Amino acid sequence: MGIGIRIENLRKVYDTPPPSAARGAGFSFVAQRSTGPKEKKKKFEVVALDGISLEMLPGEVFGLLGPNGAGKSTTIGILTTRTRPTSGRAFIGDHDVWQEQVRAKRLIGVVPQRPNLDFALTAREILLFHGAYFGQGARERAERSQQLLEKFKLTDRADHMVRSYSGGMMQRISIARAMMHDPEVLFLDEPSAGLDPQTRLLLWEIVRDYNRAGKTIVLTTHYMEEADSLCDRLAIIDHGKIIATGAPKELKSSIPGGYLLRLRFNRVPEELMAELKKLPGVTEVRSADHIAADVYADRGGPLISAIVAAAQSVNVELHDVHIAEPSLETLFLHHTGRSLRD
Amino acid sequence: MNWKTFYALLSRDGHVARRNLLPMLLQNLLQPLLLTFVFGRILTAGGMMQGAYKNVLLPGVMAISMVLSGVQAVAMPLITEFQFTREIEDRLLAPMDIGWLAVEKIVAGMIQALVAGLVVIPAAWLTMGSGAQLNFKPLQFAIVCLLVAMFSSAGGLALGCSVGQTQIGLMFSLVLAPMMMFGCAYYPWSFLSHFPVLQYAVLINPLVYASEGLRGTLTKADHIDTMIVIAAMVVINVILLIVGLRKFHSKAVS
Repeated sequence: MGIGIRIENLRKVYDTPPPSAARGAGFSFVAQRSTGPKEKKKKFEVVALDGISLEMLPGEVFGLLGPNGAGKSTTIGILTTRTRPTSGRAFIGDHDVWQEQVRAKRLIGVVPQRPNLDFALTAREILLFHGAYFGQGARERAERSQQLLEKFKLTDRADHMVRSYSGGMMQRISIARAMMHDPEVLFLDEPSAGLDPQTRLLLWEIVRDYNRAGKTIVLTTHYMEEADSLCDRLAIIDHGKIIATGAPKELKSSIPGGYLLRLRFNRVPEELMAELKKLPGVTEVRSADHIAADVYADRGGPLISAIVAAAQSVNVELHDVHIAEPSLETLFLHHTGRSLRD
Repeated sequence: MNWKTFYALLSRDGHVARRNLLPMLLQNLLQPLLLTFVFGRILTAGGMMQGAYKNVLLPGVMAISMVLSGVQAVAMPLITEFQFTREIEDRLLAPMDIGWLAVEKIVAGMIQALVAGLVVIPAAWLTMGSGAQLNFKPLQFAIVCLLVAMFSSAGGLALGCSVGQTQIGLMFSLVLAPMMMFGCAYYPWSFLSHFPVLQYAVLINPLVYASEGLRGTLTKADHIDTMIVIAAMVVINVILLIVGLRKFHSKAVS
């Protein structure tokens, strides 16, 4: 039950602009050429993946987390036969993805970053033909497509051409299509980018539901909340390298002083800063302006009373406290020195 | 090889083609039929052209229609599908070797080219009024038609994988227009004997063999020997298939 994924020392060097870049808004062939002034005429070389190895267990929700251009989509591209690895190997179950493409394709469903729907068809036809590509019989296809249309709340417009669909609807039909042949592994590349909060919740619910049926799910995201609430395990990836892997909780507890207490006082004199630095578990104190201080510590709530006492000892009033728990954001910052949103 | 998937992909293309049947027919047939009417009817009726010109024109118009619809049936959707949305991935993920998807595109294009060719005959016959003298050789005609259909859709595959969306206009004016004018569709190849360089230069143009091949198997008109035509078309087919499949592979996988 369940299919795992193994990646061994995967490297990918693009010598032409990768399709994901070509898909990006505002990209054009001409602009690409004229950008780098130092760039030699023909040589276009981008190292997208720099020797990554990973193991995704059968039946887990695995997240690839990282900023834009980190190599998430390339990893998905290789695992879904759409990108040829420069070196290294990738396996879906026991099948080498590059050597046994057809077998691998039978096992996977893919939701791409941008909907690559068949715009010449209606939503229902997309599902019906997709089922047919995977050898489903007419009756099975009809039933399954109807179920999926209902599940994704697309029945009203099932027989409209998808080119008239809104972004959110396109995303939903993409996911429905990926599930149409009931794949063992579902890949979702930035599934909730551009979705409204309500649709995002629906998406999360559907992903969890699908996972409960024993399916393996691999998703990429740069939303912390999403990685945090959906994934059993995560790999943080940056500049084509794996920075850290583990369960979200493990990863978060791995950072020293993971808590951030944002404090506001009526004033912040030097003595107060000194007192705060002396508190147990505090690793760093920064004064933001004359009335605020950021305290990095290995604990949150338990520090409050000590902070109040410290403030009173130097005659300062505490106005406001906000405690930020250890997050993947702070984790990413800790490992790369950069914020995820940079 | 997964025939179920292949057939499903083919029926998807058939489904889309049926949905666009009318615009597609107009796009591929109107221009040749207007030409037939002007050259085959107005000019011959007025005595500017001899009646025998109809024998030259009918196969030529049929060749143009087949080649254009074969090329367009494959190239145009491919150009769009390889663009920003990469719609093609929808089908590249079907459980079949991706080379077969290219083959499927060629088969779908061939069917459209054959339909266009077969529709042109009665339509052109009607627009010209009676008068073309047939010299029909069914078996050779069928072979020529198949080869024409195949090289036009294989050519469409090669073009569709090399041309970007912004260059479609250029493709028409730089590739298709000269191909039509120097494709011996409106005159037999032997007429070019006054321009010896041109006469041999046009031999790289596949449309020449389509026009001459159909001329040789359909009507009474001057034409290149049909066996030579068939041999040349086989060579062209092989070349275009190899080029098209290569281009498709390199475009389909990043």
